[in-house]
Amino acid sequence: MLTVQIRKQFTANGAAPFLLDVAASFAPGFTVLFGPSGAGKSTLLDCIAGLQTPDSGEIRLGEEIFFDAARRIDASPQRRELAYVFQSLALFPHLTVEQNIRYGLANLAVALQRERLRKISSAFHIANLLPRRPAELSGGEKQRVALARALVTHPRILLLDEPLTGLDAALRRSILEDLRAWHAANPIPILYVTHNREEVDAIGEHVLTLAGGRVQDSGAPRDVLDAPRSVQLAQAAGFENVLTARVVEHRPTDGVMRVALDNASTELEIPLGDAAPGSEVRVAIRAGDILVATEAPHFLSARNILPGAIESLETRGVIVAVRVKAGATFLVHVTPGAARSLELAPGQLVWLVIKTHSCHLVR
Amino acid sequence: MSVEALFLSLRLAATVSLVLLAIALPLAYLLAFFKWPGKFLVESVVALPLVLPPTVLGFYALIAMGPRGPLGQLWEALFGHALAFTFAGLVIASLVYSLPFAVQPLVASFESLDRRLLDASAVLGAGRPRTFVRVILPLAWPGVLTSLVLSFAHTLGEFGVVLMVGGNLPGVTRTISIDIYDKVQALDYTAAHQTALLLVVVCFAVLSIVYAVNRRVWSLWPAK
Repeated sequence: MLTVQIRKQFTANGAAPFLLDVAASFAPGFTVLFGPSGAGKSTLLDCIAGLQTPDSGEIRLGEEIFFDAARRIDASPQRRELAYVFQSLALFPHLTVEQNIRYGLANLAVALQRERLRKISSAFHIANLLPRRPAELSGGEKQRVALARALVTHPRILLLDEPLTGLDAALRRSILEDLRAWHAANPIPILYVTHNREEVDAIGEHVLTLAGGRVQDSGAPRDVLDAPRSVQLAQAAGFENVLTARVVEHRPTDGVMRVALDNASTELEIPLGDAAPGSEVRVAIRAGDILVATEAPHFLSARNILPGAIESLETRGVIVAVRVKAGATFLVHVTPGAARSLELAPGQLVWLVIKTHSCHLVR
Repeated sequence: MSVEALFLSLRLAATVSLVLLAIALPLAYLLAFFKWPGKFLVESVVALPLVLPPTVLGFYALIAMGPRGPLGQLWEALFGHALAFTFAGLVIASLVYSLPFAVQPLVASFESLDRRLLDASAVLGAGRPRTFVRVILPLAWPGVLTSLVLSFAHTLGEFGVVLMVGGNLPGVTRTISIDIYDKVQALDYTAAHQTALLLVVVCFAVLSIVYAVNRRVWSLWPAK
């Protein structure tokens, strides 16, 4: 069990001061660190690895103390015996793949080095790449080599900072499978940083969300990311609409409350949340969770039916992004087929249909 | 034509550039990778020879190396002979004179290294010496080469410092630039021409080889 409880203040020149303030435990298994860029994810990994020093707090792996500000303990990165795959991968460009992988094995006998090299390169399917240099590798190959170089040392913790960025989904899945297979035989805490929602779903298990240097939430991906608690996280988790609203009234018997959008004449019904009537709140809604109708709909269970006018349409691959002015401006995703059959066009009057539970209260 | 003076100059330049590399590598390492109080003072001292006239440098070197100077007395106590007007004295003065040319290319190439490579090395268990030998030096070799070539060339062409601390002893301190100066003073233009031309040819040959190996050798600040 890796236990982290640290604070670190940054006072960058010109930039706003930033405080990383994290308390969390990481059991063996995958923990996804999810959050918008600038949330402090990489800094947290750097502190765990010993590459940056927190101002206060402690970091422990079981009984072993990596860092304890009060007792002035700060183990060097070399002595923490963990592995860290950086976003840039940081393969040594002047060394071959084999030399890169054996770099962390310098203290072992040569025969043992060869044995470890053989095992890890077959586990990550890179045995044929050993004589090459990093510049001669494809993106996916580089990522496999970086993982192999990290894992061949038999680390006690694995830190992964967006290691699979820029790969297509199939390649990402195949590398993740290899990583899962390795992990089944070597159960250690794996901290996996990403801001890619698809990767979160692919890895599953456990998510810890960070925003503004603080832990926002933790739990299963569905629970945490489908009900984001902050505006930054809502945007990072793919909630295209984050609207400012004011609470009008609570209806506790129905478990809902009514909020008024900016212009005050448009109201939404959203799940009852921790906000007093009159207070300002933000409401996050996925563009894909909003329906569009070209006639006023009747006999629907959805509680929010807002009249509006289309401002613009934009085709992005397999979705059409429709901007609709309905009190506030909503972004709605429909399929190209739907856009065609409804003959959606700028200026057209439409009705937006939003279920109460598609509206999420965020801080 | 003074082959003796040419060889003396080459020997001086080679000695100085090699000794300087040994001094400049740790100095550049400390300047590039660490923050410490008073660093700006060391940086200023290293850059000082760029600004000062060689005569000022030579003047103080001469005083320090003289029989009553601290360096001269230490040398006398250690080796039993004076330091001024010797080859060793020339080497010491030239080390100071060419120091910035050795240090700056190294600092520049160290600073342009991807810090994440050094982090990766540390996380993989390598201590600072191993990181220096296996990661920093191999990746910063254009900077090392630039440092060697610049301090070699700068020492080869020095005049003022040599004149002040070396005097003009054939085979000991009469370097090629002093030799040419002497010949011109004596109005022996033919001999001056021959020596000067020889120097041009030798320098051109050295630089051609270096450029053929490494195109960016003269760039003090490597392009990223």
